[in-house]
Amino acid sequence: MEAKKITVNHESDYTAIVQSTSFQTLLSEKKKFIIPITIFFFCFYFALPIMTSFSTVLNNKFIGSITWAWVFAFLQFVMTWGLCMLYSRKAAKFDDLAQKVINEGSRG
Amino acid sequence: MNTAAFTMFLGIVFVTLIITYYASKRTKNASEFYTAGGGLTGWQNGLAIAGDYMSAASFLGIAGAVALTGFDGFFYSIGFLVAYLVVLYLVAEPLRNLGKYTFADMIAARFDAKKVRGFAAMNTVTISIFYMIAQLVGAGALIKLLLGLEYTTSVLIVGILMTVYVIFGGMHATSWVQIIKAVLLMGGTFLISIVVFAKFNFSITEMFEQMKTATPLKEAFLNPGVKYKDGIDTLSLNLGLVLGTAGLPHILVRFFTVKDAKTARSSVVYATWIIGIFYVMTIFLGFGAAAFVGTNDIVAANAAGNMAAPLLAQALGGNMLFAFISAVAFATILAVVAGLVLTAASAFAHDFYNEILKKGKATEKQQVSMARYAAIGVSLVSIVLALGAQTLNVAFLVSLAFAVAASANLPVIIYTIYWKRFNTTGAIWAMVVGLISAIGLVIISPNVFSPEVGKAIFVGNPIFPYTTPGIISIPLGFIAGYLGSIFSSQKADAKKYDEVLVKSNLGIGQQ
Repeated sequence: MEAKKITVNHESDYTAIVQSTSFQTLLSEKKKFIIPITIFFFCFYFALPIMTSFSTVLNNKFIGSITWAWVFAFLQFVMTWGLCMLYSRKAAKFDDLAQKVINEGSRG
Repeated sequence: MNTAAFTMFLGIVFVTLIITYYASKRTKNASEFYTAGGGLTGWQNGLAIAGDYMSAASFLGIAGAVALTGFDGFFYSIGFLVAYLVVLYLVAEPLRNLGKYTFADMIAARFDAKKVRGFAAMNTVTISIFYMIAQLVGAGALIKLLLGLEYTTSVLIVGILMTVYVIFGGMHATSWVQIIKAVLLMGGTFLISIVVFAKFNFSITEMFEQMKTATPLKEAFLNPGVKYKDGIDTLSLNLGLVLGTAGLPHILVRFFTVKDAKTARSSVVYATWIIGIFYVMTIFLGFGAAAFVGTNDIVAANAAGNMAAPLLAQALGGNMLFAFISAVAFATILAVVAGLVLTAASAFAHDFYNEILKKGKATEKQQVSMARYAAIGVSLVSIVLALGAQTLNVAFLVSLAFAVAASANLPVIIYTIYWKRFNTTGAIWAMVVGLISAIGLVIISPNVFSPEVGKAIFVGNPIFPYTTPGIISIPLGFIAGYLGSIFSSQKADAKKYDEVLVKSNLGIGQQ
């Protein structure tokens, strides 16, 4: 990436970048994605130990001798892989937005 | 002595020393030593992260825990994996963009105070040494069981090898030892899992059906609550597991071995797939050991269940498979301890020596030789401590390292990246309170005090009722960072935070 080579020398330059519309767009797009997903995966993760510790509902059978606890445990893996791929896809868009900020900076 | 196992152990030693030889030719300056010049690709670093992370505690410990306690043992696998979402979503990319060689670099990118760097480096050294003692104690016990060598000899062998890798080969050698170990571990685990699955006729339902009667626990084996009977204690454990990874210094430094944030991201994605597949396979290892080795034999070999996986290999594939899996376990330990030595040595040589003592003006040559001396020093201290810690429970030491990492490092990382009002006082409070509360709570916990003779280090009633400190010490770390910032007379440096925002989001202005 060519634009990466630009250097920012003065403190005021950083503030100017932060205040630019394109940088603020990048930050708010990131926030809109990262905060809800983070809250979601923490809730999903802690739901398992909370349910196994304070109730026996997950001891019910799903198929054969497989209980819901194991199904929920496996879903934690599916969630992790899924959110991992989702992040990669989203982050590619953030890269484009970041590149826009960098291009504006090197032009100005 | 087991000849096949001995030969394979020698094979591992031979291959890793060749890697170290080639790595040593490339390790000419500080950047090569600390971060392999930042030249690893995404998949290489992904494998190296997996190799750095899947320790003997994961491989031997979780297999044993699932074999002996069923579902409760599997909690570790889940927590260790979901932790990577915290790494990927919140930490990896800003860390790569802000830091250079160490975790302390990242904090220092915002707070240019020697105190802050000093405390961050101290946390790195403390956590790494705790973790290393756990690995060395495990290594000593394992080699003693597998090859019949004395505990002291075993610890010394591993100790000398890890020192050699690091002082001669730096991060190049460490990374490649980790990559090869990850491939071996995945291969070995996959092989055993397939054989176990075949024994259950490739049917998940049949496997669960048989497990209902395979162990003395009967149906309880498949239900939660065999080991963790206290809900708060279970939550505390899970909190430490899921938040600890993102604060473990030896995992964090792996993100400096790639060229940019994009590659750091793709390496976490590779690592998450590899680590996730591995942890799914711990079910097969654990169930297989419980069904085909049997609880009595597992406990007879090692009360904590650490021999479950090698014994399963023996039961399934005879002496050759036993030898292979034992050698894989040996490689696993070597790869993890090498990473730990390097991380602690970097904190000494880069943070304490170069940045604090020499004000960042040490020559490349001075930095590399200091890093080598530091590696020797760190190894010596860890070996001595491990020799004295033979009777300590390995899993307990690892979970302690995770809890300390989550309490002492994670709050300061999150605030540094995301909180505008955070300041030097808050950073120091967060690190000190997190470290002291996590260690302090462990000292007064049931791991250290037990009314039963021989169950813990001291006889007595524990003041703190829970086995892991996370549920108290992690919030304390965050609260201390918050209060320290709010009550300090010092104003947060808004301009500096703008700089951090720009660097962490755009990856520009890096050194």
